[in-house]
Amino acid sequence: MAKKAHGGELRRTPLHQRHNALGARMVDFAGWEMPVQYRGIQAEHAAVRSGAGLFDVSHMGELEVTGAGAARFCQRLTSNDVTRLRPSQAQYTLLLNERAGVIDDLVIFRLEEARYLLCVNASRADVDFKWLLDHAGDDVTVGNVSDAYALLALQGPAAAGVLQPLTAAELSALKPFHFVNGDVNGICCIISRTGYTGEDGFELYCAAGDGGTLWDALTAAGDVEPAGLGARDTLRLEKGYSLYGHELDENTTPLEAGLGWVAKLDKGPFVGSEALARKEPLTRRLVGLIMEEAGIARHGYPIWREGRAVGHVTSGTLSPTLGKAIALGYVVPEAAAPDTEVEVEIRRRRVRARIVRVPFVR
Amino acid sequence: MEYPKGMRYSREHEWVLVEDEAGAVIGISDFAQNELGDVVYVEAPAIGETISKDDPFGAVESVKAVSDLYAPVSGTVVEVNDALADTPELVNEDPYGEGWIIKVTMSDVSELEDLMTHEEYKEYCEGQPDDDDGGA
Repeated sequence: MAKKAHGGELRRTPLHQRHNALGARMVDFAGWEMPVQYRGIQAEHAAVRSGAGLFDVSHMGELEVTGAGAARFCQRLTSNDVTRLRPSQAQYTLLLNERAGVIDDLVIFRLEEARYLLCVNASRADVDFKWLLDHAGDDVTVGNVSDAYALLALQGPAAAGVLQPLTAAELSALKPFHFVNGDVNGICCIISRTGYTGEDGFELYCAAGDGGTLWDALTAAGDVEPAGLGARDTLRLEKGYSLYGHELDENTTPLEAGLGWVAKLDKGPFVGSEALARKEPLTRRLVGLIMEEAGIARHGYPIWREGRAVGHVTSGTLSPTLGKAIALGYVVPEAAAPDTEVEVEIRRRRVRARIVRVPFVR
Repeated sequence: MEYPKGMRYSREHEWVLVEDEAGAVIGISDFAQNELGDVVYVEAPAIGETISKDDPFGAVESVKAVSDLYAPVSGTVVEVNDALADTPELVNEDPYGEGWIIKVTMSDVSELEDLMTHEEYKEYCEGQPDDDDGGA
């Protein structure tokens, strides 16, 4: 049985037995015993880009905000504009602290007029929950409903074709960042056209106890590749998406991270908006890097330009699609322009790299 | 998991196969490649460089992670497996054969005595804490 590095049992998702039966390699991810790969990261990655992959992301947290003040509360605590959401719509947004540091990035669903679901990072669920509770007034109720849900992500260009025969919901009418409540093979789900791979796809929220049956129905429905956290990471990196703990943390602002588009200063005050409105000059920016020599940049590696340390790498991998090493990192603004030549220090060796616009893969 | 006879193994999961008196081939074990997953890049020293027992001499990168290579013995690099530049997956497919990493002339063959036999190494790997015990 896998143990946390610092002791204690790892948490398991409702899909644990499926992962074991498939021979998945399991790792500790944010205190959860999660599949990092089944057949291999590159095969799983390719399946999601060209067909369909199925991810167990039940480790993610779900927080529910209800009550007469729910809309006002979410508008004040999150950076995007919640008033743009009708029931059946979702949006990508941030929780910020007063300094505009990112507490978490998340997707918020308006389930009903006065009922919102926040899908948050597993590593941040407890912090987020406490943050929301500390700010909640008498007119809202905040609940941590993470254990109630299993969450499966069916991703890839073939996802709709796999899912449609299993549901009466009209998927062709379901636009990105929209969701419907519907049955999938008889299991009651929130069917959401969202994901973290950059491909078309769906995230299916169901009762925790139904997760295994839903997994079985989806894997039996067609050519669906079980995909682990390893492929999830390479897929999101190719698209330039941030991962909390790498590109985002409490000392990073949305402007530094290139997420200014989800911090809607014109919507009225929200937690962190005053700090953002000061428009202090940025000291660093998130950029994409492509390695121009052999070597793979990894989290924490220094970035140099003309003999000067200009930043550090936050995530890096070999892009399975491009066959080249790609990375995200923070550099000083003077070094952030596309085509700037820099070097990444890999095990005391400096390797040439070039700043590029993300996404790496369109 | 394979632990071929006739090789010596380090605690860092490198193997050494003695070819002649001081000549030896070095690679990573089946256990190591399996832990790493898809190997996508191997960084090896150049011919003529010296390696020192227990010091890093290169790295193996999988899609997900990087793992340093630690010299199981000291010596001078006499050959590097050039095939790994284009086909690093050989380390996964054939860790004890086509996936070899370097050949060295050992400077102190007595260092081999510190390494594990295949039986000792098997016990070392399969008895390791944190290893997947099959989900019991």
